[in-house]
This record gives sequence, C-alpha cells and structure tokens, in this order.
Amino acid sequence: MGRAPLDKLDSRALPTPVDTLRRTALYERHRATGARLVPFAGWEMPVEYEGIRVEHLAVRTGAGIFDVSHMGQVETSGPDAERFLQHALSNDIAMIPPAGAQYSVLCREDGGIVDDLFTYRLEDRFLTVTNASRHEADTARLRELAEGYDVTLHDAAGEYAMLALQGPNARTELSRLIEGDAPSRMRVTLAEVAGAPCLVCGTGYTGEDGVELLTRPEYAPRIWDALTAEAVVPVGLGARDTLRLEVCFHLYGNDMSEERNPVEAGLGWACKLETGFVGSEALREVDPPERLAAFAFTSPGIPRPGNAVRTEDGMTGVVTSGTLSPSLGTGIGLAYVPKETAAAPGTRIEVDVRGKLRQAEIREKPLYRRENR
Amino acid sequence: MADESYPEDLKYHTEHDWVRIEGDEGIFGITWYAQDTLGEVVFYDSPQVGTQLTKDQSYAEVESVKAVSDVFAPMSGEITAVNEALSDAPDTINSDPYGDGWMVKVRLSDPSETESLMDAAAYREMLKNA
Repeated sequence: MGRAPLDKLDSRALPTPVDTLRRTALYERHRATGARLVPFAGWEMPVEYEGIRVEHLAVRTGAGIFDVSHMGQVETSGPDAERFLQHALSNDIAMIPPAGAQYSVLCREDGGIVDDLFTYRLEDRFLTVTNASRHEADTARLRELAEGYDVTLHDAAGEYAMLALQGPNARTELSRLIEGDAPSRMRVTLAEVAGAPCLVCGTGYTGEDGVELLTRPEYAPRIWDALTAEAVVPVGLGARDTLRLEVCFHLYGNDMSEERNPVEAGLGWACKLETGFVGSEALREVDPPERLAAFAFTSPGIPRPGNAVRTEDGMTGVVTSGTLSPSLGTGIGLAYVPKETAAAPGTRIEVDVRGKLRQAEIREKPLYRRENR
Repeated sequence: MADESYPEDLKYHTEHDWVRIEGDEGIFGITWYAQDTLGEVVFYDSPQVGTQLTKDQSYAEVESVKAVSDVFAPMSGEITAVNEALSDAPDTINSDPYGDGWMVKVRLSDPSETESLMDAAAYREMLKNA
C-alpha cells in the first residue's frame, strides 16, 4: 500500500484542515451507519457505507438515499429575476414552466464553464443549485453579472439540507411519507415528507427516476430515518459518481472546467445562443478540435482521470472520468478525444493506465440503459 | 469482510504489507488495515512469475472502484508463484487477506531483511499512532 489514492473525492477536496471541515445535518447518522467519511470540497462527506458496488446496484434496482447537503443554493428574486438569469445562464430560462426545472451552464465571456446548475422556478423566486466546489465562484460571478439588474441574489447555501432519493422504487418509497402528490419529472412541489416541509423536486443525477428533497437542516434527520427504516439504502458519493458516469452525466472539475466550453463538453443542447447569455458570442465562433466522448474497456483494467488516450491514427486525448462500471462490469469513462473520433462510436482506442495500454472503444451515450440490466 | 486481525506468525512492512516466511520462501500480501482503507477490491493484475522484487519497491497494484494503491515488497527475491485466483475474485483480498488473499510466493534473496520488519505487536502499535 502507499501512494496517495487516486480518489477523486479526496483529491478534488479543498486543502482544508480536517478540524475545519463542515458537517451536514446528517453527520451523526453517517457516523452511526459506519460510513467512510472523506473531505470533499470543504465538507466531511460519506463516500461509502456498505460498499460502492452494493450501493450502486441498490439504486439501479431498488431505492437509495444520498446526503447531498454540501451542494449550494442561490435564490434569485425581484422584478428582473428572469431577465437576469436569461443573461447569466446558458439555457432558455423563459422555457421553464411554473414549478419547473432546467439544467444549464454558467459561462465566462470566452465560453469557459464556471459551473453546471439546476434552476427551479418557484412562485416568488428562482432557486439555483450549485456544485459545492463552485458555490463561491458561482455566487461571485452572479453578483458581478447582476450589475444593472433589479434583482436580489440570496446565498441560501446554509439554509437547506438536500437529500436525493433515487431508484426505480424511489417514488413508491416516497409515497409512504409524502402528504399529497409527488412532482413529475423536472417539476417541483412544496409538500410535507415525514411531517417536514420540503421542496420536492423531480430531479436527480443517477439516471434513475426519483426526487431530490430540499428542506431545513433540522428536518433532515427525521426524513433520513423514515426512509432508511424501510427498504431505502444509504448511498455515498462514491456510488453517486459511478451512477452518474454510467449514464454520462458530467462532473464539474473532471469533465468540465473553465478551460473547456460547453460545445466541446457536449453540452451544446443546454446552450440557447439566441438568448444572448454571457459566453454565447464566443460560443458562436468556436469549433473545438476535441469533444467529450464515452468509452468502455474491451480489456481488463480501470481507467482513471488523467490517463492518456491514443487513437489508431496516432491522435491523442485524455480521460476526465473513469471507473469500473458496477452495472456493466467493465472499465468505463469519459475522455476528450478528436471530434472525428468522438463522432464515430465503435472506434477503437487505447488508454494508457499507468504504463499499461488497455484496449477500449468509443461508445454511444449513455453507457448504461435500463434494458442493459 | 473479515474482522480486523494481525496474525502473530507474520512480519509486517510499514506500507501495510505482510510476509509469511516458510523456509527460504516468503508469501506476500496486504494487511487487514490496507484492504479496509481501500474498500472492496475490484481489480488486481498479478505480476509475472520470475519477476525480481526489491524490498520497499512496488510490485503490483490493487484497485477499488474509487482508488488505486501500490503493493510493496516487504523483502527482496524472485516470484515463484502468483495467486491466479485473484484475477477472477479480487475481493478475496478483502474477505481473507492473510489466507486465500495472498498475492505472490517469493524465493527470498536476503533473509536478514526480516530484521527491518515489524512483528504483529509493533505493527499494531504503528497503526494506533497513525
């Protein structure tokens, strides 16, 4: 043993001394459940409980609950709220129906990605969920862009605990505890869950059906207890990463950065250039030589971020996310490769895993579909 | 997953590797602490029989879903056998780290190297102070 583990959850964490790490309202629950806790973006978060593979499969076949309270929230209100977000965010905010949700990207002027975000349209405000590692950068950027707009930006990160209930049985499990109807996909509703007022959102980042619950931190333990008392399995950030990677959802810091734009990251679908958002001018002009592509190993081994990719015609690329797929049983990942390679699923590539060349091929996204089960 | 243990008949290396000495041969593996820190082992690529190992040098890697760790040779010598069963069932390293989870058998080139290794009590003491 030795060498710092190539643990993305560890290595991505801010260099915060352990005694200043923030803890979520569910910290004691994680300790009691025997979670392995690691520093992540300044938080002490559960990376696994029983084991990443077991938890992953529980979400694919049953229901799992994640503590994602490290994620940040920004609330935007005021007369210009919609016009401001249309300016700041890449997607068409006007297309979010009442109580609807939308995925978008926050860009720099040159198109570099500051963060990827979910925005919900509530009755009196918009609620935007940020990545923990980017929350400070996002709020600073939004405040800068808000100059000249009649809006109130409220950093609400400390006011919410956030739980994700995911899996084919997630809605059945929720129905035992919710007063009223659960929201449909990409919709949000205010409801009581286990007696606690929650924003119940029909969203998630696992490729399974389910909901995300935003509630006051003091209510989080009671919701957690009510769900885990039955067939809902606690799931850590380790499995959250493998679940999202199987369905090719991007992870900021791995697959996206300020040095990559949404076109090369394959997020053009979330960029509506006609809205004139910040970065749209630059994106009109770009034709990046690389694209983010999905691949699967056809040989043993596990790809890891930073591994070099070689195509048969001698071109190179780089792995940004890699793991062993618990559902498929093979190494899978996302890599920036020449756009011609990315556009041709079936193309054979080699991945240099610490000196060993592993055979792989470009695959269509997503890498995992339910019928693969 | 096995219960925590550090058998008395083994010698331990600071990088959480063990050796069981049988005559002029040594059997190598990783400790309970090592596998517990790593989590479920999902991939292990055996080295080749005949490979020369140098004490304190990495000779293999073990991988969990999230992490990869080097496996270090506690002593020097030549690999005479590898545990081929681990390629199909790498999690044996978790369930039986000192038995079926062994990694390589080595013809030891310098038996005096044991002098720099720890006995079980010293290794437990090191873990306590880690």
